[in-house]
Amino acid sequence: MSTIVLLTVTGLGLGALYFLVASGLSLIYGLMGVLNFAHGSFLTLGAFAGWEFARRAGADNWWTFLGSLLVGAVVGALFAAFTEFVLIRKLYERHIEQVLVTVGLSLASVALFDGIWGTDTIHISGPEWFRETTGILGAQISNDRFVAIIAAVLVLLGLVFFLKRTRYGMIIRAGVESRSMVTALGIDVRKAFTLVFAIGGAAAGLGGVLASHYFQYVSPLLGGSLLIFAFIVTVIGGLGSLTGAAIASVVVALLQQFANFYLNGTGDFVVVVALALVLLFRPSGLLGRKS
Amino acid sequence: MTTSKTDPQSEAQPAAAGSASAGETAVGAGQRPRKAKHDGGAAAGGRSLLTWGAGGAGVVLLALLPLLNLSLPGVLPGPTYTPGSLQLLAMCMLMAAAALSYHLLLGVTGLLSFGHALYFGAGVYGLGVILDTFDIPLLPAMGLTLLLVIVLAHVVGAVGLRVTGIPFAMVTLAFAEAGHVLVGRNPGQATGGEEGLTLATENLPEALLGVANTRNLYWLALIVLLVVFAVVTWVQYSRAGHVAAAVRENELRVRVIGVQPYLVKLLVFVVGGVLASAVGMVYLLLQSGAVPRSLSADFTITLLVMVVLGGVGSRWGAIIGGVFYTLLDQRLTALAQSEAIAGLPDILRIPLSEPLFILGTLFILVVLFLPGGITGAVHRATLSRGQRRQAAARQRQALENAE
Repeated sequence: MSTIVLLTVTGLGLGALYFLVASGLSLIYGLMGVLNFAHGSFLTLGAFAGWEFARRAGADNWWTFLGSLLVGAVVGALFAAFTEFVLIRKLYERHIEQVLVTVGLSLASVALFDGIWGTDTIHISGPEWFRETTGILGAQISNDRFVAIIAAVLVLLGLVFFLKRTRYGMIIRAGVESRSMVTALGIDVRKAFTLVFAIGGAAAGLGGVLASHYFQYVSPLLGGSLLIFAFIVTVIGGLGSLTGAAIASVVVALLQQFANFYLNGTGDFVVVVALALVLLFRPSGLLGRKS
Repeated sequence: MTTSKTDPQSEAQPAAAGSASAGETAVGAGQRPRKAKHDGGAAAGGRSLLTWGAGGAGVVLLALLPLLNLSLPGVLPGPTYTPGSLQLLAMCMLMAAAALSYHLLLGVTGLLSFGHALYFGAGVYGLGVILDTFDIPLLPAMGLTLLLVIVLAHVVGAVGLRVTGIPFAMVTLAFAEAGHVLVGRNPGQATGGEEGLTLATENLPEALLGVANTRNLYWLALIVLLVVFAVVTWVQYSRAGHVAAAVRENELRVRVIGVQPYLVKLLVFVVGGVLASAVGMVYLLLQSGAVPRSLSADFTITLLVMVVLGGVGSRWGAIIGGVFYTLLDQRLTALAQSEAIAGLPDILRIPLSEPLFILGTLFILVVLFLPGGITGAVHRATLSRGQRRQAAARQRQALENAE
């Protein structure tokens, strides 16, 4: 029992990280049709920014932790908005070239991070409480899991509120449904593009800081490894669907954790098999629109 | 590449711009029948003879390089007969061949695959593991590897091609990543994990071993490049190739005509995979070992960068891109370690000492400002102004259609 609880909570923590990356990817793809390969770089830069902040401000108290979350999110959002403004905007409606540009950006930025912070992993520390464990039903669970889960739930609620209740949220949802219609109504949908990129970048930057606490290190490759699973999550969940991304993150992460434990380390394959099955039986994903 | 049905100019295009780079630049596969009809006669015959003559002379020159004493300072580390230069040239040719196999997917059929490294890596690791585990000679081992890759490509292709466009890219990426993870995990101590695998040399012919025999490997790489080029050309101009080009232009229209694109796409996918694995096998021999990087998403992206730098849709573009990228990567790595860079202030030193930063930036600039890559730029330079504008529009169209 305690093993199952441990695996579940750890899986939920991992799922939270996947969701923070996948939500932005899915929104960006849904609205603009851009597969953003640079999303991992947003996350990595957010993680490094948060770490640099925490290192300077003293890493062991809660205020610096919250501060590093904020710094990570802001840096991620700025980097993402900059990317949209400088690189993507020139190439509207040319989707393959947009993908190529983000691929180039991810190559160049990861190399640049390598140059600035070195290729080795850097171990980090957070508030004392993170190292301690909490007992639930006999399972001892490290506390950083809970932080990741809570943050992801808050981001999910915030995004849902933003998308359902605010004017720009509605424009974005309408744009996902039918961009040409929104444009025809005289709304400048390009502002929404920058906004979606910034939101996705903020979620990824936040995810970067949380991921660095979850794995207890930062490295230039942090984003790339999470990005691949985030891609799988967005395909399984259905491209463009936020709820789908949330459900799929949890399902994928739990599958991965349980398979790693009970099927001796085959978690990554089980996930790919799940992806294959979803594609065979439901090519548009769990909650994706039928094409 | 060009939508010839709507654009009367483009019919004249092949004749007008049959071109310096061997009659291939912007001329898509779908156009060949027209070309044959329209510019038959002495001029075209002469040009194609010239093209083949130039190609043949180039191949003969490449084949003779190990016997000659030519120096290209700044490009090659030494005269052409030295093992170091031959190794680099062989690597250029292998990368050109790998880029050609990727061109079959992206340039011909418009399939944006992010998992092409899976087949290259399957060739590298398949042959490496088989030679390491079983006591069989090189050729049967290669045959066995090819068989495995054919099965693998069918399975992944059959699943992946259920979706198109961007989702297809993500799915192929996921499968390739599974392979990458598998190799890194070192199942049954077979792949050597992150450390990689050293080539087992017991059953290899003497002629392929040792630094002194680098030129044999060089010739092998040249043969691989020629074979891959021949197969790609053959597939591109076959009936299946025409359907593939039509799928790239407008898949819906192909369906409406009553042709099933699925099987053709699968065929192209498998052929591309098998070619990549053949290149991978020679890569294993040349490098005397395998590392997980050859299976990583990074490697697929490298191929993508090569094809785009050279010019999407052009076989010569893929070759030029592969050679250019390999040489540039090698030169930039040398530059990064040079003293001139070490003396610079941080803000210049850090970016300049990362070859991938420079290559990535160059790639972005090419995508933004040079549609059609190197061959496209050369092609445009030889056109008049009005033609130039049309060619640029067509190149954009080509990438757009690749979705």
